[in-house]
Amino acid sequence: MTNPVKDILKSKVILVTGTNTTENHPIIANYIYEAVTKYGAKLIVVDPRKIKLVDICHLWLRPKIGTDVAWINGLMHVIIREALQAQPYIDERTTGFEELKQCVEKYSPSYVSKITGISAQDIEAAARLYASEHPASILYTMGITQHTSGTNNVKSLASLAMLCGNVGVEGGGVNPLRGQNNVQGACDMGGLPNVFSGYQPVTDEAVRQKFQKAWNIQSLSGKPGMTVTEMIPEAGNKIKALYIMGENPLLSDADLTHVEHLFTKLDFMVVQDIFFTETAKYADVVLPSACFAEKEGTFTNTERKVLRVRKALEAPGEAMEDYRIIAEIAKRMGFPMNYKTPSEIMDEINSVTPSYAGIQYDRLDKEGSLTWPCPTKDHPGTPILHISQFSRGKGLFSPIEYQPSAEVTDPEYPFILTTGRVHAHYHTGTMTRKGNALNRICSEAIAELNENDAATLQITDGSYVNITSRRGRVKMKVSVADTVDKGVIFLPFHFAESAANKLTNTALDPISKIPEFKVCAVHVERA
Amino acid sequence: MVRLTIDGKEVMAAEKSTILEAARSVGIKIPTLCFHEKLHPIGSCRMCVVEIVGFTEPVTACDTQVIEGISVTTQSETLFRMRQETLKLLLSNHPLDCPICSKAGECTLQDLVYEFGVTQVENRLPAISKPIAPYATPMIQYWRSRCILCLRCVSACRELTGAYAISCGKGEDGPTITVDPDKCVSCGQCVQVCPVGALVENKHPDRWRPWDIQKIRTTCPYCGVGCQQFLHVKDNKIVSVTGVEDGEPNMGRLCVKGRFGYDFIYSEERLKTPLIRENGVFREASWDEALDLVADKFKKIISEDGPDALAGVSCARSINEDSYNMQKLFRAVFKTNNIDHCART
Repeated sequence: MTNPVKDILKSKVILVTGTNTTENHPIIANYIYEAVTKYGAKLIVVDPRKIKLVDICHLWLRPKIGTDVAWINGLMHVIIREALQAQPYIDERTTGFEELKQCVEKYSPSYVSKITGISAQDIEAAARLYASEHPASILYTMGITQHTSGTNNVKSLASLAMLCGNVGVEGGGVNPLRGQNNVQGACDMGGLPNVFSGYQPVTDEAVRQKFQKAWNIQSLSGKPGMTVTEMIPEAGNKIKALYIMGENPLLSDADLTHVEHLFTKLDFMVVQDIFFTETAKYADVVLPSACFAEKEGTFTNTERKVLRVRKALEAPGEAMEDYRIIAEIAKRMGFPMNYKTPSEIMDEINSVTPSYAGIQYDRLDKEGSLTWPCPTKDHPGTPILHISQFSRGKGLFSPIEYQPSAEVTDPEYPFILTTGRVHAHYHTGTMTRKGNALNRICSEAIAELNENDAATLQITDGSYVNITSRRGRVKMKVSVADTVDKGVIFLPFHFAESAANKLTNTALDPISKIPEFKVCAVHVERA
Repeated sequence: MVRLTIDGKEVMAAEKSTILEAARSVGIKIPTLCFHEKLHPIGSCRMCVVEIVGFTEPVTACDTQVIEGISVTTQSETLFRMRQETLKLLLSNHPLDCPICSKAGECTLQDLVYEFGVTQVENRLPAISKPIAPYATPMIQYWRSRCILCLRCVSACRELTGAYAISCGKGEDGPTITVDPDKCVSCGQCVQVCPVGALVENKHPDRWRPWDIQKIRTTCPYCGVGCQQFLHVKDNKIVSVTGVEDGEPNMGRLCVKGRFGYDFIYSEERLKTPLIRENGVFREASWDEALDLVADKFKKIISEDGPDALAGVSCARSINEDSYNMQKLFRAVFKTNNIDHCART
């Protein structure tokens, strides 16, 4: 997020898109409710599903799934046509406005309406509402990013925010709500194929030299590695061995049947986890690790706030902290890693990562949290990014054209499948489905189908349906509701016994390499 | 600013602030029961009555705004008696089941009754027939008999959660709170604000007292919000989880997963020892055996197929220190950048 969560209370307008916030980020939804009901913020929801926030919003736009660039361009078209943009901000702080203006010219409300299914009037109303008051905040999640146009969707939202002078201001911003407790931290720490910690590129010779010196080694590879979505398809080919720590790709990745097949082609696979997951079944060695309550450490949340994790319990049996398991493997391969405590690892992170240089355990224990960039020990942290200037200097408007999703419906597969989470469960259920508490609230996957479609297919609420895509078939209980539009079926992906990702498409966004989980074509029939 | 006197002390208070806020700002304690700092004043219990010179009746401090020049008294014989009467009235249909109430020891009503020395309650009302009433979620138990109808839960569900699930209604034998199961999100905020043992967690049969537990502050392991929570631990076991009231970003709030989703920790299915697959079957192994095997295999693959034949999937749930070490292992030891995690799923 460019801005902290509490900034939501200072927003005059909140645009929520591609996030079912009440289910997936309930506490942020609490802030949205408070902003709207207590402080009078205007709420615009743009989402193909009739999510709970629609109940309190001022305007709901329901785009056809996968048409985000089109509606965002439509909003910008109207804002520029009616001269509602923040021209002084644009002149002073950004570049590329003329190119953007040219690009969005053809995205008139009537043109956009044909692509998105949103009425021309609603496009205009949303544009006026978003531009009418300042500051305005944009909140989004995977409904925006899990598309082959994911990167473009995000760039378009950034342009919309800059167009109205909403980046670098309190109560504004472009705010992705991250779905996993430490997905921000895993990225920050260099858990990515192209960067060391703090997003320092592996291709930069000076950066490599710095790490070589810090790690006391002669060389480091300057060749960017593969993303998960690239490495798994290479199993048995370029990739001979996989070492998986705390992840369950055999439920979270697209086209599971294919992933399963690929895993069997590996020479060697290590899975390190707290449970014997679906993925662990294919491992050669399984290593038991400690869970969050059994170790000291830090998480970095969606606001870039670094927060302490503290040990409350002893790990069961011989389970061990992940960092110690890693150090043991390193030692056996001739590389000593002698950390006595996680705080010693943080000291090393401080020394090689400029944005984390001022974040130490003693400060966190005293101050509660610190938001990076925090370059020195006396720096207060940076809750709002891009205040006086953008990280790159001038904010860049990217002119982007709408492109359809990779897989579209046809007579054989006439429904669009979209996937997501439900509030009682989390990701692949390796935590939430292992206890009895949350399973008492939600014990089974339930698909959502529109009432008109249900009537046509003679499907009743609570019955079972077979959902088939080009890649697989899944049987699931169905709820007949107005949550989804006609021609759409929604599936939660937590449930191994009816795994939604057997159906999803592996088509990737060309830049971020994210799969198009939010759109694929399926056939639906009574089971 | 507004100038007033409280217990003879001159106080400068902000416009539109309440007498309770003004008193607290100078360290004067007025007893409260229904009042909660995060909620609009409810004004249902009348424990916070104070006298104002020139006013014929005492007023409630939580919802009376300061007025220029007034002189407020917070402690007097009359006020003491009034507060005692209020407590007696509450106790007249509140069971004295403190020994079996899980809130004993951290119950505001119990503390006030003790503080005001209420030793006898005349006119006790007959006990209601069903002390435990059904609630909208299996996570929570509603001890209706203990409910003092302070309405904190009603306000919290509206103001803090935005769920609007709880309201006050008419029960078979008197007023009760009612919860709409379609609106309840099982977040347990109502339990966190309940001043007595009316709303309690319904998770497990374990018993504990507040003085038995150690509270450890940590960060929630679920979504990316990073809610600050206290793990309440007794004998190496978490017995409950509460939100840290002044901790950002959640400021006391938790969702159903953060508050109730910790029992996976004790699942019998937890991995407790390394496993090695042999002839298609897993067997238990020692750490040394498993780690030696892993290191040998990795060394062999690197020497035969080069370092880029190895790839790693790091973890978006584990701590930063684990993630840092994992990429260091791949880059510094294996000499490959084939390290990623599930940021895309």
